[in-house]
Amino acid sequence: MIYDILVIGNGGAGLSAAIELKKKGFNVAIISKTNATSSQTVQAQGGINGVLNNSINDSVSNHIKDTYISSHNLGDMEAIKMVCNNANDTIKWLDNLGVAFNRDKEDNLAQRKMAGSSHPRTCYCSDYTGLKIIHTLYDTALQLGIIFLDEHILLNLIKEDNQIKGITALRLLDSKVIQFLAYKVIIATGGYAGVYFNHNTNSSGTTSDGIVAAYKSGAILKNMEFIQFHPTALKDKYVLISEAARAEGGKLVLKDGTRFTDELLPRDIVAREIFQQIQKGNDVFLDLRELGYSKIKTLIPQEYKLCFDFKGIKIDKELIPIIPAAHYSMGGIKIDYNGKTNIKNLYAIGECSVTGVHGANRLGGNSLLEIITYGINIAKDITIPKEKIEVKQYTQYIKDTKYIETLFTTTIGDSYFADREDLGKLVYDKVGLYRDEKNLLDAQHTIKLYANKQYKLNNKSKIYNIELKELLEFNNMIITVDLIIQSALYRQESRGSHTRLDFPNENDKLAYGTLLYKNNNKLTVGYENEY
Amino acid sequence: MNIKICDDNYTIDEKIDNLLDILHYIKQHHNQSLTYRYSCKSGICGSCAVRVNGVEKLACLTNIKEQSEILPLKNLPIIKDLVVNNTNIPSNLTKSAAYLEQLSSENNITQEDIEKIDINSNCILCNSCYSSCPVLEINQDFIGPFALARVYRYTTDKKETTYSTKLNSIQTNGVWDCTLCGACDLVCPANIPIKDSIIALQNLSVQNGYENPAFSSNSFDMGFQSDFGFDPNSF
Repeated sequence: MIYDILVIGNGGAGLSAAIELKKKGFNVAIISKTNATSSQTVQAQGGINGVLNNSINDSVSNHIKDTYISSHNLGDMEAIKMVCNNANDTIKWLDNLGVAFNRDKEDNLAQRKMAGSSHPRTCYCSDYTGLKIIHTLYDTALQLGIIFLDEHILLNLIKEDNQIKGITALRLLDSKVIQFLAYKVIIATGGYAGVYFNHNTNSSGTTSDGIVAAYKSGAILKNMEFIQFHPTALKDKYVLISEAARAEGGKLVLKDGTRFTDELLPRDIVAREIFQQIQKGNDVFLDLRELGYSKIKTLIPQEYKLCFDFKGIKIDKELIPIIPAAHYSMGGIKIDYNGKTNIKNLYAIGECSVTGVHGANRLGGNSLLEIITYGINIAKDITIPKEKIEVKQYTQYIKDTKYIETLFTTTIGDSYFADREDLGKLVYDKVGLYRDEKNLLDAQHTIKLYANKQYKLNNKSKIYNIELKELLEFNNMIITVDLIIQSALYRQESRGSHTRLDFPNENDKLAYGTLLYKNNNKLTVGYENEY
Repeated sequence: MNIKICDDNYTIDEKIDNLLDILHYIKQHHNQSLTYRYSCKSGICGSCAVRVNGVEKLACLTNIKEQSEILPLKNLPIIKDLVVNNTNIPSNLTKSAAYLEQLSSENNITQEDIEKIDINSNCILCNSCYSSCPVLEINQDFIGPFALARVYRYTTDKKETTYSTKLNSIQTNGVWDCTLCGACDLVCPANIPIKDSIIALQNLSVQNGYENPAFSSNSFDMGFQSDFGFDPNSF
C-alpha cells in the first residue's frame, strides 16, 4: 500500500490539510500518536484571529501590523500577509463545516480583543474554540473516508535518493514497527513546549517527535530558541488560567497582598516579572476575590471550575497560587509559503513548522489561524509524482525494528523517569524565561550526559507499552533541548521570548532567523542571512 | 492511601489525591507495566476516562479517596489494564453520519442558534456514556449515546439543510433502542443532556415519518403473557 499523502499528526493543521487533500481526490491517511481528538489543538481556548470582510473599524493592515510588531522584526512579512489576507476565508471555511462560532448582536461572528491586538478580532466558540474546531474537522474527515491510523508513534522518515518515501512508526497496540510508504509526507506533529517536562501547559505528547525526525533526515530547523511562557499556570498542576482572569481585573500579588507588576503588560514581560519573584523565594498568587462570586461566575466560569477541580480552591474567597509555564514553541521546521521543507516530498505545517508568522513571539489567536490556513493552502499545489515508489523493506525500517527489539531485550541501564523530571526542571531553570551563557553551558553539559546514557525498559510487555512510548519521547526531548540550547547560545541578544541576561538588549544587526541543520553529519548554527 | 487498580492493590505513601497523578506515581515507583491512556491533563482530550468505584470519571479531573477501586470502562474490549479498544468512536460516528451534510445558503445565524448546539458540541468523545449504558451490555450493535447526541447536534444546527441521511442512519440499533434511563447524563463530564437529545431525535424521527419499530412490529412487550391473561382480540 502506498498512500498518496501521509499526514503525521491529527491536530488542526493535519486535519485541515487532510480534508482539502481528500476533497481533491488524493488517497490520504492521518497517522498519529494519540486518539483522533486528543491533539494539543483541543486545548486552544482563546480563539482565532481574523479581520472579517464586514469589519468596519478594523483592517487587514492592522492585523498585519500587530502580528509583525509581536514578532520583534523576525516575522516574514509575506507569510504574515498571506495568513492575514486569508483569515476571513479560513474562518468562513471552518464556519461552513459547522464550527459553532459565537455570534454578536448583529448576527455577525462575535470577536473579542486579545492582548497585543489593537482591535477585537478574535473569533471564538465560548471557551472551547480548539475543541469545537477539532471535533467538527474530525466529523468531516470521517465522512470523507480519510484513513485514521491512531496511536502510532513516528520513529523516522524513510529517505532514499535524497527524497522522502514514507515513514517508520511504532504501533502502540503491539509494539510493532511498521513502514508506511507515501509519495508526500506532511509533518503536523505539533510543538516542543513539552520538553519543559512538568513545567508546561501542553498535552503530554508535545515532545517534538516530527521536528526531530525531520532534523535527522536533513531538514533545516529555524528559531528553536523561541519559546513562549504563559504567566499564569496553576502551581503544581500546570493547568492554564486564562489571560481573561487578568483582563477582568485579577491582580498578581505576593502572600502579603503586595502587588509587584502591571498585570496588563504583554505576556512575556508579566511572565518574567513573576519568575523573578519566584527566584527570590516568594510565592506568587492571582487574586480574583475583588471580582466577587457573581462576576466570576458570569465572566470566567471556566477558571472557577478549573481551580476548584484541580486545587479545591474557591477563587472568590481564596488566592490562586500560580507559576509561569512553557506554553507554545515558535521554532521548528523551516518551510516555504506552500509548506515545503528543503527535502523533496517532505512538508510541514502547524506548530512544528516555522512559516515566519510568529517570529520571536506569537500573538494570541494567531496560532489557530496559522495552522488552519496553512493546512488548507497546502492542498492547492500538491501533485503526486509519476514515478512509483519501490515497495520493499527499507533500510530505515530494518534499522528501527532492530532498535525497538533491542529495547525489549536490554536489561542494562537506567529508567528514564528521574532523568526526565530533572530535565524538565533543568530546562525550566536554565533554558527558560531567563538565559545566560553559564546556565546554557551547564544545561548543555547535563544534556550530553543524558544523550550518552543507556536507558532500559522495565516493562517488557509489547501490548500498549506506555513506558516504551515515553522513552521514545524522552529521546526526542533530549535532542530538542540540545537544539534549543545551541540556538539560544548563538543568539547573543534579547529578542521577544528569548531573554539573555548577559545580552539584555535587542541588536538590530541580528534581526534574522536562526537556522540549524546537519552539515556532513555535524550540527551547524547560523543566521538566515549567512546561509 | 490504599487503592485497587484492576486486580492489584497499591499503598501510596505520598499525599496525592488526583487520580492521574496517582497512576503516574504508581507507574514510576510501583509497577512500570501499569497501562492507561492520558494526554491533556486538563479534562478536554477525553482519553483518560476510567471507572472509579463503578462510576465513569476522567482520571485527570478526579480526586480519589481511601479504598477506591479503579477499573477500565465497560462495554468495550480491554487491551490492557485501564486501556480499552475505542475504535467504536470512529465506527459509530461514521455509521451515524454525524456531520454537516449540506450547508444552508441562509446566512442569518444568531447567537441563540449557536446556543442550541453549544452544549452538544462540547462532547470530548471520552466514552464515559458508552461505558455507563445498560443497553450496550446486551446489544453491542447499539450505536450508543455519544453518537446520538452528536447526530442531534447536527440536526439542530441551523447551518444544516437536510438531515435525512443522519435520521435514517439511527433508526436501527439507534434512537429506538435507548431505554431513556439517563445513566449517560449522570457520567458525562461535559454535562451534555444526552437523554433529552435522544427523546428529541425520537420526536424528529416520528415527524419525518419513522416510527418506533417496537410498535410497528407489534412486538412491544405489554407485560402480559400471550397464552393467558389479557387478550387484545377480545375487544
